[in-house]
Amino acid sequence: MEQFLKGETSRRGFFGLAAGGAAALAVAPGTARAEPVRTSARIVILGAGAAGTAMANRLTERLEGARITIVDGRQEHWYQPGFTLVAAGLKPASYTLSATGDWLSDGVEWVAEHAAAIDPEAQVVTTASGSRLDYDYLIVATGLSLDWDAVEGFSLDQVGQNGIGALYAGPEQAAATWRAMDAFTEKGGVALFGRPETEMKCAGAPLKYTFLTDDYLRRKGRREESQIIYTAHNAGLFAVPVVNEKVKLIFDERGFDARWSHVLTGIDAGTRTAHYRVPESRALAADGTVTVTPAREVKIGFDFTNVIPPQRAPQVVRESGLSWADRWVDQGWLEVDPGTLRHRRYANVFGVGDINGVPKGKTAASVKWQVPVVEDHLVAELDGREGSAIYNGYTSCPMITRIGRAMLVEFDYENRLTPSFPGVIAPLEELWISWLMKEIALKPTYNAMLRGKV
Amino acid sequence: MKELSFETLLAVFEEIFGKGLFWAMVVIAAIITVAYLYVLVRDRHMSARKFLLAQLFMPLGAVAAVMFVLWVTNSALVDIGGPVDWIVLLGVAGAGAVGLAILVYTAQSLLRPARDSSES
Repeated sequence: MEQFLKGETSRRGFFGLAAGGAAALAVAPGTARAEPVRTSARIVILGAGAAGTAMANRLTERLEGARITIVDGRQEHWYQPGFTLVAAGLKPASYTLSATGDWLSDGVEWVAEHAAAIDPEAQVVTTASGSRLDYDYLIVATGLSLDWDAVEGFSLDQVGQNGIGALYAGPEQAAATWRAMDAFTEKGGVALFGRPETEMKCAGAPLKYTFLTDDYLRRKGRREESQIIYTAHNAGLFAVPVVNEKVKLIFDERGFDARWSHVLTGIDAGTRTAHYRVPESRALAADGTVTVTPAREVKIGFDFTNVIPPQRAPQVVRESGLSWADRWVDQGWLEVDPGTLRHRRYANVFGVGDINGVPKGKTAASVKWQVPVVEDHLVAELDGREGSAIYNGYTSCPMITRIGRAMLVEFDYENRLTPSFPGVIAPLEELWISWLMKEIALKPTYNAMLRGKV
Repeated sequence: MKELSFETLLAVFEEIFGKGLFWAMVVIAAIITVAYLYVLVRDRHMSARKFLLAQLFMPLGAVAAVMFVLWVTNSALVDIGGPVDWIVLLGVAGAGAVGLAILVYTAQSLLRPARDSSES
């Protein structure tokens, strides 16, 4: 499951089978919490999503006397791992909704407006209303921006009509996507899925939703007269090779039509057509000749689609000078060390969550593993020591393959599979227990993480 | 999760069944357990006849528990995919069987208390 449950190397796991078979939790022996560190440091956290909230609540436990300020103008907290379930008609939109303020502990000062500028040289954050927040340490947890405008002809008010879905956009849009998918699967036709070419949050979600739509078509007896097309942005379906091969096998079994190197550029709602750019490609034949296929535009008609736009760092981060200068230049992710998550040029700046410019880990599962690392380095520094925790790129994707089954895929920077329950829950097997984790056990553990119990 | 707290485990169960239903079930299970212990202490023996009838209800308890869990988790028997799934499912069935057997035994003992040893 997403933030699931990787123990430390010394972890003594046990497998708890709850009545109902729903909970499987790895448990580490309880460690005595150290005395709070006394400090008068001013810590500003940008963003009160999963990462910022968990971080703030952890720091209030670990520090005494620190001034911890969290900056976020959004009143609603979204449980984003639930969007797929909402868009599959399994949960209501309210399942993913709560209030930002409900999760923040008393020791955290919440500035309920968006950050407008960051000046890492002067160590100042300016809010939308012009207030200045001076900081000694800055934790960037803004999350990412969904660049809907980059999909020409698309706007969020189209969601739910003309077979157009966009489950990433929010709880209401996820529910509207379900209405569109439900109506589509009653009749059948062409279902079109894909992913953007930028980094994205939960790269398994587009695949899950493809599988779920296929499942509904089968349940309603409409699969025979339907076509399912998946447009990949490159030559693979998933970045981890062993998972990629497994997903390809399932695609073949289910009769999905995969199109490679298709990058979505626009949507025409009126004619129900999606527009793609297919970049130039070169193929080397056995006799040494090189065949060049020039770049081209491709149109694919659909009866139902789920639009996922390019994803980038929010403007405030892209304009701060904190982004990588030579990597992901069109996306602007935060330039952090992949192990310590400390900024590579400003030692008093850390990143946590989707904003981090690291090769993997834009999931809530990664947040769960990143928060303790940042906490360790920051608290150690305030205590005059040096932190030692390292983030290994852990992330997790409960890959739903149909309603009732999923694969509990967990991996790290090196594309190694890192199963939480080796020998018990096989990562590449479609299992009911993995489904239970996604559907049931995930949200309580996510909520526990928000409260600072990571 | 690096540490499993009792609180988190309770939250998982609340999520599975819903808060109201989960705590109602906890209270009912606690009442049945206390009543079972009460009749055992009161009668100072186990009635073979009542125990036999209770055992006859075990398959019913097993099937009911499995159906209930599948219902609350939006799943079906065809979703059972590997050995670990079967183990979990058998655990659910076992819990349902034992739970109903205890309930039936306790109910009989409370409704028709043994008057003398000839009934046992």
